[in-house]
Amino acid sequence: MGYAFSSGYGLLLVLFGVLPTLYAIYLAFTKNGAFAGLENFTHVFADYRFLPAVEHVALYLFIWLILLVVVVVILALIVHGLRRRWLSASVRFLYYIPGALAGASSVMLWLFVLDPEVSPVSGILRGLGLSSFVQTVSVQNLPVVFTVIAFWTGAGGWIVIMYGALNNISLEVMEAARIDGAGPIKTAWFIQIPLLRKWISYMGIMSLAAGTQLFVEPRVLSQASRGVVPPDYSLNQLAYLYAFNQGDFNGSAAISLVLLVVALGLAAFFVFRGGLFERD
Amino acid sequence: MASQHRRIKRTLAATAAVAALAILTACSSAGTGSAANDSKYGFTTAKQDSKSAITVWVDAAREPLAKAFVAANPDTPIKIQTYDGNAGGSDSFKTKMALFDQSGSGWPDVVFSTQTNDTSWAAKSANGTQAFAAPLNKGLFPASFLNGFTAGAESPMTVNGTVYGLRNDLAPVVLWYNKKLLDQFGYTAPTTWQEYEALSDKLAADHPGYILGSVGDAFTGTYVYYWGAQAPIFQLKGNTFSSDFTDKHTTAMTDLIDHMLANKTLVQDSLFSADFVKKYASKLVAIPGPAWYAGALFQNAQSLNNPAGEIGAANPLYWDGDAKVTGNVGGGVWYASSHSANYAAVKKFLTFVISSPDAAKLASGLPAYSSTADTWLTAQTSSGYFTGDFKGAISTAASSVWKGWGFPSFSPETAYAKVVVPGLAAGKTIADLSPAWQAEMKNEAQVQGYTVK
Repeated sequence: MGYAFSSGYGLLLVLFGVLPTLYAIYLAFTKNGAFAGLENFTHVFADYRFLPAVEHVALYLFIWLILLVVVVVILALIVHGLRRRWLSASVRFLYYIPGALAGASSVMLWLFVLDPEVSPVSGILRGLGLSSFVQTVSVQNLPVVFTVIAFWTGAGGWIVIMYGALNNISLEVMEAARIDGAGPIKTAWFIQIPLLRKWISYMGIMSLAAGTQLFVEPRVLSQASRGVVPPDYSLNQLAYLYAFNQGDFNGSAAISLVLLVVALGLAAFFVFRGGLFERD
Repeated sequence: MASQHRRIKRTLAATAAVAALAILTACSSAGTGSAANDSKYGFTTAKQDSKSAITVWVDAAREPLAKAFVAANPDTPIKIQTYDGNAGGSDSFKTKMALFDQSGSGWPDVVFSTQTNDTSWAAKSANGTQAFAAPLNKGLFPASFLNGFTAGAESPMTVNGTVYGLRNDLAPVVLWYNKKLLDQFGYTAPTTWQEYEALSDKLAADHPGYILGSVGDAFTGTYVYYWGAQAPIFQLKGNTFSSDFTDKHTTAMTDLIDHMLANKTLVQDSLFSADFVKKYASKLVAIPGPAWYAGALFQNAQSLNNPAGEIGAANPLYWDGDAKVTGNVGGGVWYASSHSANYAAVKKFLTFVISSPDAAKLASGLPAYSSTADTWLTAQTSSGYFTGDFKGAISTAASSVWKGWGFPSFSPETAYAKVVVPGLAAGKTIADLSPAWQAEMKNEAQVQGYTVK
């Protein structure tokens, strides 16, 4: 019976997950059908766009993951601490709304927010010394811009999940902490956060996988800014250019494999540090 | 969380596409048996069938013309599909053909592209598939037809004497001026770059706030100013790309732009931004720009929307004492597929869109075919919107485009947008940015497989 339930997922996973991965591995190590060793990789690493793209994605991940973990946990704790039921429910609903917008359309919305000429928060942008769209989306500002966009679309869902996880902590533990004289901050630090560890590392893995695949946001911004955001900003965009602009599917597969290895390595770190596979 | 689901879905869709590709490539290697080597057209054609419907890809602006063809030729089997016209660096033409090359079928028979440099890849075979663009002067079209193009119009599509595309429209750069403002200030329209720069100082001193152009768009900086200045920063000879920023034409143009940015007669706003219209609709005294500014800026209710009789076109600016040449900003191209099964219909269609009376009537810019252009220019002049010798200026510009500018498989706009536009916004000058700009173009050339000098 178990097999029957998992067969649908298993079939799709093989068709659209495993087989394409194997095809990518085949492509990455061949050139025109002949075995090419590491040639595709050295070729891609030597590309002048590769290192900047790695830097861009790494910087973005660094800023975004830290901000995500810290702010989501704090907000979830606060929402969980709200005594009034209706207030807590409506705040959770509010957090969740932006996540319901699909990727490209949420970027379209941000195009307006980021343009000081039309932005509802143009005062803030001008206060930061940004008087034109070109200045707002200059390359050094982008990691922050993408973090804000990703946080806005993604964090709400995670807050709701963390809230659910907090509800799972047994009342006896919480009460024992209170009797021992722990205030909200101490309870959070010594009881709630350690018990949330698995959830936090789960969030870390999922967000990492999503973050390394940064594509839609810079692509839409690139078109909207008429190229000021370069079309080769992220690694995924570079892989896209390799395949469809240069017709080099092998190089494109090499980049995707590099992404896979890096994401797997980092995910393994989260899995083992976060004790995700431990059983209680 | 929703974002994660979305990404996973996106990944799934992408991997599905890759898997489909894998299957299709496996099939295609065996599926090209029916081709006949047909020396009639100078390349290997598929089996011909006059009943086979041709598929035509056009952008929205060319759709009325394609429909006019259907109305005039109801017996020719044809399917019209609209796409983004390969506009603004979307690269959809190349991307889609790469996918059809992989699958070994599905190519459209005729494609319109708004870009001028597609021949660089469309004339080359990729990953073992015959080059997409069909040679047009090896039997498909007679020389008498091809000679009807404005001189030089076909050169971007010509490789070693073989013509691969038919130019739809030309976009030579002229000097647009606002006669009302010039008269009011007592100025005359400049005829050389030197006069243009001198006028900028006068204008900045006497009437601050009025402007003489913008360098905020990648196409103006590159095609209007540097191409028009004969700056050899984007050249292609054979397979060798070169970019010379020490040439006197280049340095003179860099100085001119930096000078005019400093005196604020050149601005950094994009011509197509809401802000440009708001700030400068009544303050644009003159601006060098392509022929299509006529409809895109001046006669456009969404843009500057100048009243009739105010705007005129003058001969392009050139360097005093140097060759009288100008730049060019784009111009669409029609391509025939080398995989078509019905060249009779393809030829009929292409002849119609290039040289029929409908082609002149429905053209939105200066047509590239001489007789079509004449009809169009006469119609524009008789409308009375433009002041001065509109037809003369445009014709002069059309036949004096500088031939030193290259058409490799990448656009000069990418590097300008990436390096120069944000650099200027951060307060740097073009002279400061030139080394990085040049390096970016050379890097791009190298990635695209050119030898870089």
